[in-house]
Amino acid sequence: MYNSIVMVKQVPDTANISGKVMKEDGTVNRAKLPAIFNHEDKEALELALQVKQKYGGTVSVITMGPPRASDMLKECFYMGADKAYLISDRKFAGSDTLATSYVLSEAIKYVGKFDFVFAGRQAIDGDTAQVGPQTAEKLNFSQVTYVEEIEYIENNIARIKRKIDGGQEIVDAQLPVLLTCIKSTTEPRPFSAKKIMKYKNAKTLLDLEKMANDNSLLYLDELVIEYKDKNLYIETLSTSDLSDIDETRIGLHGSPTKVHKVESVVLSGGDATKIEPTTEGIGALIDELLNDHILG
Amino acid sequence: MPNFFTDNEDLKFHFNRFDLREILEIQEDSYTQKNDFDFAPENYEDAMINLEKTLELIGDISGNKIAERAASVDEEGAHFKDGVVTYAKGTIQNLKELAQADLTGMILPRKYGGLNAPITIYMAAAEIMARADGGLTNIFGLQDIADMIKKYGTEEQKAKYIPKFSTGEHTGAMALTEPDAGSDLQACKLRASQDENGQWRLNGMKRFITNGNGNVHLVLSRTEAGTKDGRGLSMLACYNDDTVVVRRIENKLGIHGSPTCELQYNNTPAELIGNRRFGLIKYTIDLMFRARLGVAAQALGISQAAYEEALKYSKEREQFGKTIYEIPAVKNILLDIRVLLETGRSVLYDTAKLVDLKEKLEGKLEELKAAGESTKEIGDRLKELTKVANLLTPILKYITTEAANKITYDAIQIHGGTGYMKEFPVERFARDARITNIYEGTSQLQIVAAIGGVINDILKDDFDKKAAKTYSGGLERLNGFLKEIREIFYESLKYVVDRKDSVFQEVAAKDLVELYSYIYTGYLVLEEAEELPRKKFIANRYIVTSLANAKKNAESIKNELFSDLLHANEILI
Repeated sequence: MYNSIVMVKQVPDTANISGKVMKEDGTVNRAKLPAIFNHEDKEALELALQVKQKYGGTVSVITMGPPRASDMLKECFYMGADKAYLISDRKFAGSDTLATSYVLSEAIKYVGKFDFVFAGRQAIDGDTAQVGPQTAEKLNFSQVTYVEEIEYIENNIARIKRKIDGGQEIVDAQLPVLLTCIKSTTEPRPFSAKKIMKYKNAKTLLDLEKMANDNSLLYLDELVIEYKDKNLYIETLSTSDLSDIDETRIGLHGSPTKVHKVESVVLSGGDATKIEPTTEGIGALIDELLNDHILG
Repeated sequence: MPNFFTDNEDLKFHFNRFDLREILEIQEDSYTQKNDFDFAPENYEDAMINLEKTLELIGDISGNKIAERAASVDEEGAHFKDGVVTYAKGTIQNLKELAQADLTGMILPRKYGGLNAPITIYMAAAEIMARADGGLTNIFGLQDIADMIKKYGTEEQKAKYIPKFSTGEHTGAMALTEPDAGSDLQACKLRASQDENGQWRLNGMKRFITNGNGNVHLVLSRTEAGTKDGRGLSMLACYNDDTVVVRRIENKLGIHGSPTCELQYNNTPAELIGNRRFGLIKYTIDLMFRARLGVAAQALGISQAAYEEALKYSKEREQFGKTIYEIPAVKNILLDIRVLLETGRSVLYDTAKLVDLKEKLEGKLEELKAAGESTKEIGDRLKELTKVANLLTPILKYITTEAANKITYDAIQIHGGTGYMKEFPVERFARDARITNIYEGTSQLQIVAAIGGVINDILKDDFDKKAAKTYSGGLERLNGFLKEIREIFYESLKYVVDRKDSVFQEVAAKDLVELYSYIYTGYLVLEEAEELPRKKFIANRYIVTSLANAKKNAESIKNELFSDLLHANEILI
């Protein structure tokens, strides 16, 4: 029996970026993009579900994000997750990878003890691949990155196949361990129709707050009890729940990374230049590459 | 990220106008299953949301997974080695995902692990899936084997066979055809006899068995030694164990993902499903009717796929300085395809709802009987419904499968030489479509099955009612055309009946059934046109074309060419 928690993220569908979706501070205006389940996080969830299938245990998922991330958490239920946590607070807004990994590690410590923490290698919006490793450090877990497959788990050691340049590496990792996953040989399973039917009305605290605000006959505390009774409540955490959290380490203030500028670079072929195989020709090429900062 | 449900406006139009209240009320035991199953619906609205989400899921898997694998499944096909059948790699993955998505028991009761979906929605699922991979729909559709056991088996048999269909561990096969019993199933020879312990044993051959490698077989068997006709046949269930030998699989034109097996049963232990002697006249007929509905959905799905490819290609391909879509003759073919597609869909879902309700009422009738209550009211309704279902099912299969052949043929034509090449999927669609008007009864047999109802004009009251209505939005003109087609039909019918010549009647049946189908389909689309303005174009094109076709049908009945049958031996040298 191994208990796993999977860090998942709802990301803007970067394949469909159009128009002005960048804010002045250099961050993405998420509200303007369709939101999707980050692909590699789905791979991570699939690996966690396979561990549960083979060895028993539970699979939880956790995300830090805006209220609408509850759609993705429901999709985690549809795949087979047992429990879901949404960490959401305005104070988290603008967090870079350092602040995010700090919040996630604090939240994971708060919600329970786990043998495995799974994450996708990177999210398609930032492409940093930093949150997984940083979280492992803060949890004081060993970590394996670029994981393709867990071959087996025995005596608290997991044998893991990870991708390296030009091949694969097999490593043994002591539990608890954090794994960041890439596309594996087994595709993420499809949603289960029964679970869709069961969890389609699952709600976070924020969803219920909205329901209560929109209808004066509904009371938040009653709704929470009702949804908990029906097993349709998605645990929702904010800074007030994570009482130990150091607020100077979160949000924009806790984030040393500043995005200077983001631009769309369209690569296109220009005219062909013929370079003579002479000292002059090659010298001119080197100068041109140096000027374009391609070399040096 | 194509979703084959949500991207299909016409299918969504039908879904949104489905009125499944009565069907679901019975199917969901007045929504009481919620107490035992946390995924059961609370009420009608909740049930429809569940079903819509189920179709979205199927649309997603079909569009993003199954369709991606379809070309490799076609290329690889099923394998046969040392007596063992193995699916193509893509098929194995498809079946695994369908099981993970809980779709292998889509229509099976929750009690046995299923989703308890109604047949109408099951047909929509089949259509969506066939658009991705025509052959896969066959294996998916064989959950009908478990459904038959649900309808006619004992409690013990249900508990034994059904759950593993729901989990996807088992698939089924319907073993009817034999080398000498194809269209004529009465000639079945496979013997079932009881050994000294009363155990039934099967001995004999079956041929052309779709998914004959499946785990549970329903085998049409001769239990009454010495009989020669259908009344000596019973339905038996058996596992595909060591006594069942797959002798070969067929090398087919299309649907390569679906293995077609020749089977030999060697003293195979089996058990009787339902009553002896009812194997052909009740259970096979029932199974076949349902399968015909499924084949129609399959044909429609393949047609949709072909249409999509043809439309896309026509808008990309440039010739003479413009896309070929802009060439009137090409656009005209596309319009014809679209009309065939949408009218076929109208007939599919109208028939599916009818069959769905019929089966639900049959179940209710059994319950009432068991409780010793009066069955008169339901019995009368069922009689009427059965009569209509028995007419509409063959008409549906006839028109949608013939249309699928025409549509896939035209889709290749629009591609020109490119369409003849394997790099483009339309040639696969044409090969896959080709079987649909052959199996589960050829088109010619659908005519035979429908002609009785046509001659007796069993939709007369329905047509009268619809003709008497006033249609708004300029549609009254089309009602006039449909009335004209009806007159042509009656005139042709009278001509055929007056001849009192059975050979002539057999030849003329095709034209009569077609005439009848124009009226039936015409009124369906006319009603849709009142709901959705865009459908006016479909109704207009369908009904105007049908009037022209009706005149041709009438002419071909009266042109005396059938008398060539008398000189056939001189002509067919």
